[in-house]
Amino acid sequence: MPDGAEPVLDVRGLKTVFKTRGGEIHAVNSVSFHLRPGEMLGVVGESGSGKSVTMMSLIGLLPSPPAEVRGGEVLLGGRDLLKLAPRELQAVRGAKVGFVFQDPMTSLNPVFSVGNQIMEPLIKHMGMSKAQAELRAAELLALVGIPDAKKRLKSYPHQFSGGMRQRVMIAIALACDPDVLIADEPTTALDVTIQAQIIELVKELRQKLGMAIVWITHDLGVIAGIADRVMVMYGGQVVEQAPVRELFANPQHPYTRALLKTVPSLTGERAARLEVIQGQPPILSGAPVACPFRARCAHAHDRCEAENPLRRAVDGKPVGQGHDVACHWSPEVGHG
Amino acid sequence: MADGGDRGAMGKPLVSVRGLKMHFPIHAGILRRKVGAVKAVDGVSFDIFEGETLGLVGESGCGKSTVGRALLRLYEPTAGQVVIGGEDIASLPPDALRKKRPMMQMVFQDPQASLNPRMTVAAIIGEPLDEHTDWDESKKTARVYELMDQVGLNRRFANRYPHEFSGGQRQRIGIARALALNPRFIVCDEPIAALDVSIQAQVVNLLEDLQDSLGLTYLFISHDLSMVRHIADRVAVMYLGQIAELSPREALYARPLHPYAKALLSAVPEADPTLEATRQRIILTGDVPSPANPPKGCNFCTRCPQVMPVCREVEPELAEVEAGRFVACHLVSPNNAGGHASPGAEVREHNQQGEVK
Repeated sequence: MPDGAEPVLDVRGLKTVFKTRGGEIHAVNSVSFHLRPGEMLGVVGESGSGKSVTMMSLIGLLPSPPAEVRGGEVLLGGRDLLKLAPRELQAVRGAKVGFVFQDPMTSLNPVFSVGNQIMEPLIKHMGMSKAQAELRAAELLALVGIPDAKKRLKSYPHQFSGGMRQRVMIAIALACDPDVLIADEPTTALDVTIQAQIIELVKELRQKLGMAIVWITHDLGVIAGIADRVMVMYGGQVVEQAPVRELFANPQHPYTRALLKTVPSLTGERAARLEVIQGQPPILSGAPVACPFRARCAHAHDRCEAENPLRRAVDGKPVGQGHDVACHWSPEVGHG
Repeated sequence: MADGGDRGAMGKPLVSVRGLKMHFPIHAGILRRKVGAVKAVDGVSFDIFEGETLGLVGESGCGKSTVGRALLRLYEPTAGQVVIGGEDIASLPPDALRKKRPMMQMVFQDPQASLNPRMTVAAIIGEPLDEHTDWDESKKTARVYELMDQVGLNRRFANRYPHEFSGGQRQRIGIARALALNPRFIVCDEPIAALDVSIQAQVVNLLEDLQDSLGLTYLFISHDLSMVRHIADRVAVMYLGQIAELSPREALYARPLHPYAKALLSAVPEADPTLEATRQRIILTGDVPSPANPPKGCNFCTRCPQVMPVCREVEPELAEVEAGRFVACHLVSPNNAGGHASPGAEVREHNQQGEVK
């Protein structure tokens, strides 16, 4: 990836809050990241870590209320998406940013044919005629590896298998040639052999079309195979960010380090006993004043209770550019 | 083979399954006549030794959960024998079956759906005691507390309801319930699939501790091949209602013999970018055929990268091809007449490929 290239997507200090009867839930706390053209950014975290909510809030997909985006900037092609009117934002979604969700069954409309659903964004965003759109839709289906594409346009979602449906979702997301593709756990609902097919497909499409991709997952193995850069989220914050090899070779945050150890290996040495991260993920009520991981952290300290750590550079490069971590502790110098 | 056999291979089988079939009828038309059957499990045979963990892996729809349920006779098997602790569970009359229930239990995938939301934790864990013992309340309460201690639940939470617990804790409740009657054999049906990565390890460690302290025998059903490598002594790989390969853990992961086992293992992503960059993947084309209409011959022949003409005609039998390794494949079967000049050469070539991957 060209290091100096202007980012296609630049998110700064994003904050999202859910208002519930029980009080406010701070789901996303000052999340900043950027995406360079053609880059694949992996986002890892457990359920509730804020990875999906981050991506949904930046293109206005969260229902408000209860969600409220409280601050930050989302720059896409020089415009701040958070300042756009709903109508303008709708034009961005689909045309500039494609979205692939986890469950292809519930995100496709069962009563419309697949062709119909691929043609919709083409007619709406690209101003194509029906005939043009149909031609392009068949091309897209062929592109995502669905055999006999022209005929399958008339099929309905239930006539496809899970893997094929996810291919259809990808075709829809790619219809308008977006700059950014956000894939939210796109293979989690699929079997491993089908997951391998989809991963190969996305790699291939990325090479062909050159869009930047955000791939959200909880599976460190998937990340290791596809991402250029990884962002680890915990408790609504980015706790560590690094190029993929650097992250796996030299993890800094106690959470990342523990996470890498809790996953048993398929080929490496077999541990007699799995490492465990004790306790439960935090409940994000109230604005964060302390480190969200402190209760489960083996290196927690008074300072972690008093002060939520900011992201700091690990390798000398500016935060966000190289390897950075949000932690008072470090493996080399401890609490220093 | 290295340490593949383990503690289990020494003992005698606690569970012995022979030719288990579970067909679900398909009814159609206005008369709802039977027009066919979904062959969810179609002739499965294996043993589980006392104190061992047998991993049962495969993709969704391969019949692994159905095997687990048919084993405990939560379904009425279509055919076959399931001998657990010396008695054929598959043919026991209801009264006798009920007497056997305490020794065989199940931990379900979804702790949300398998716990009654209107019952307290104490009532859920104690329910098997109500059903199968005539203990008085104080004895039952004492047992419930003991179980809660065993699975790492705080006794203070005994009167709370399932929704007040996190996923990992709910799974502990389900495990405590399964342990209530001192079972010898537990079917764990995807017990960690619904949990977060950081919680999975907690539950797996608990299952291992309980096995050690109580001498339990597990059938561990999962699609997570890395976790199965961690917990199982031997592993059976299922495809479309049949066992493709059953091998000791280390042997299977180091050198899978069945082409499906190879493809499946090669598809699992490994959390190591350097390794991932060099790893050769076998990408299977197409989808799993419908179990209502499995292909003729070998059930994997429609997707097998090494398919031969004989595979489309003759169904391969699960045979012991090396000590302790059972494979159903014409490429590796020791008696594959099928018109091949030198089956031995084929086996060698096949194995080498296995090592390259």
